[in-house]
Amino acid sequence: MKVKDVAQKLGLEVYSAPEGLEREVTGGYTSDLLSDVMGHAKEGQIWITLQTHKNIMAVASLRDLAAIILVKGFKPDADTIELSAQEGIPLLGTKMQAFELSGSLCELLK
Amino acid sequence: MNLEYKVEGGDFTSAGLASSQIKKILKQLNVDPAVIKRVVIALYEAEVNIVAHAYRGVIKAQIDGGGINLTLEDEGPGIPDVEMAMTPGFSTASKAVREMGFGAGMGLPNISENADDFKIDTIVGQGTTLRIGIKFR
Ligand SMILES: Nc1ncnc2c1ncn2[C@@H]1O[C@H](COP(=O)(O)OP(=O)(O)OP(=O)(O)O)[C@@H](O)[C@H]1O
Ligand SMILES: [Mg+2]
Repeated sequence: MKVKDVAQKLGLEVYSAPEGLEREVTGGYTSDLLSDVMGHAKEGQIWITLQTHKNIMAVASLRDLAAIILVKGFKPDADTIELSAQEGIPLLGTKMQAFELSGSLCELLK
Repeated sequence: MNLEYKVEGGDFTSAGLASSQIKKILKQLNVDPAVIKRVVIALYEAEVNIVAHAYRGVIKAQIDGGGINLTLEDEGPGIPDVEMAMTPGFSTASKAVREMGFGAGMGLPNISENADDFKIDTIVGQGTTLRIGIKFR
């Protein structure tokens, strides 16, 4: 499944980097701790978090993640959007909280 | 190949720049992606530790056919108890830094898991030097 299918099926908002929507998704990782994601997320996964600052894009890019989804209606900072566009890694958003969204994504990727 | 990057304490907006540059270089050199991943994890954690815990620092990377040697030397408070600092979950990060999602106490353990060689030299009140070595095969 591609990032764009996930975005469409879960009704996610796309904040930036639409070109990255064609990327294949290998799984998901839910965490708000950057060192946890750095050390344990896997290439091609979608990262679910409530962190909105620019460092999340650095981590996503360094670990080749497919996209980031911000939960609970949190909006990305302006420089986070900028870096997302630069790296071609989509920033997505939802009103759902992490538990709900993780469950839905998990179901979708089965 | 020898590379050098400066890191400013407290400057979270540039955290990860050195890691990102070195990742690009290793890709161009066709280094095994599994090895690049380990370099990136170890270097990013060490780089962010200077930003989060020290005043300023210099990252030196030495790359040859056999592998990469990273030296991260900072001016900062130093680490009073290295063994404790290495314990997963131990962190002295400030509340503001924790709110950003740093300060899980996972950085040094991540480095040690991903490096072939890892050494910490530190003097309290002066600074800390990390030496990280990763072989390409
Ligand atoms: N360069 C440094 N200078 C001074 N103290 C350091 C340095 N690096 C690490 N420390 C100390 O070691 C502790 C553990 O570091 P570690 O990287 O494992 O966790 P953290 O940085 O607190 O959180 P995380 O890396 O999970 O975001 C730090 O909280 C800090 O007290
Ligand atoms: Mg750390």
